Amino acid sequence: MKPIVELFLTFFKIGLFTFGGGYAMISVVEDQCVERKKWITQEEMVQMTVLAESTPGPVAINAATYVGFQRAGLSGAAAATLGVVLPSFGVIFLISQFLEGFLEIPLIASAFQGIKLGVGVLIFRTGLQMALKAKMGPLAKGIFLASFLAMLAAGLFSLPVSSVALLVLAGILGFSVYWAKGAAK
Amino acid sequence: MIYLKLFLGFLKVGCFSFGGAYAAIPLIRDVVRGYGWMTEDQLAYMIAVSESTPGPIMVNLATFTGATQAGLAGAALATFAVVLPAFLVILLAATVLRRLMDSPGVQAVLKGLAPCVTGIILATGACMIVGSLSGPQGLDLPALVLTAVLAGVLLFSQKLLHKKISPILLILLSAGLGVLIYGLAPLLA
Repeated sequence: MKPIVELFLTFFKIGLFTFGGGYAMISVVEDQCVERKKWITQEEMVQMTVLAESTPGPVAINAATYVGFQRAGLSGAAAATLGVVLPSFGVIFLISQFLEGFLEIPLIASAFQGIKLGVGVLIFRTGLQMALKAKMGPLAKGIFLASFLAMLAAGLFSLPVSSVALLVLAGILGFSVYWAKGAAK
Repeated sequence: MIYLKLFLGFLKVGCFSFGGAYAAIPLIRDVVRGYGWMTEDQLAYMIAVSESTPGPIMVNLATFTGATQAGLAGAALATFAVVLPAFLVILLAATVLRRLMDSPGVQAVLKGLAPCVTGIILATGACMIVGSLSGPQGLDLPALVLTAVLAGVLLFSQKLLHKKISPILLILLSAGLGVLIYGLAPLLA
């Protein structure tokens, strides 16, 4: 199979099964691109996740563009991005045309109750695996714990903690420690 | 000109939506309310639909708004606009910024970001599970059973079969179990 066709089909599949936003998507991309196809390494996957988080746009688009470009240049990036967008485009377009009370259909509603939980479990596992696989020093461990607790508190008690602010702080902290080490030498 | 408005509106959403879909919702609200494309109720409904359909919420909302405002062409244009910034930024990062990405300073920043992203993801998963477990009357028992079953399947396949179950399979399984527990159980009772 031509690389761009394979990229398109793989990301079409990924797009079709990405419920619940970017973090759920990470586990599907990892499964397909790292474990099965071995297109990128585990380390590249983490780097890409960080890059996707710190750049604008949906993580799914960032990931497709990145992997597509690594595999087959510009046309690969375009094929993968088109593939990941197309399923949701088709589904939403159909919904907008035909289904008014899509979520009120009992069968669909109960299936999505299940999917919501499945997505939560998947995201939790993704975070757990990233934490276990990373070789974290004391600084990294501190940042990890602090951001975990801050986001947990934010979610459980609906506090206004923004993930963007946390990311900016963590980036500044990482750079300051590097800079301080350089200055000490 | 509706096409131009759709393109510019969703280009703005695509450019300034850092940190995932939920961070982008306030921005999307500004744009769709500002242009009068959706009422508050329609927006809340569409967020729920977007969560229940595949694909990023931002892309879903762009497709829906475009389709209701200007048909298939509008849907395609709004979707293209919301995707474009993410596509270009990553291309830039992968080509021009390649060397910059490898510089020690940028690596130091990334070293700070990586554990932060990990913490955010773990907390998001935990909050989603806890959120689904608390129903209107305290603990939602069916949800607890379902979560335990799904976590058990994951653990079982990993520890005993030494094979990771594919996330796609797990999502299909959770949909099936959802229909079984929430859809059929009330009929039998």
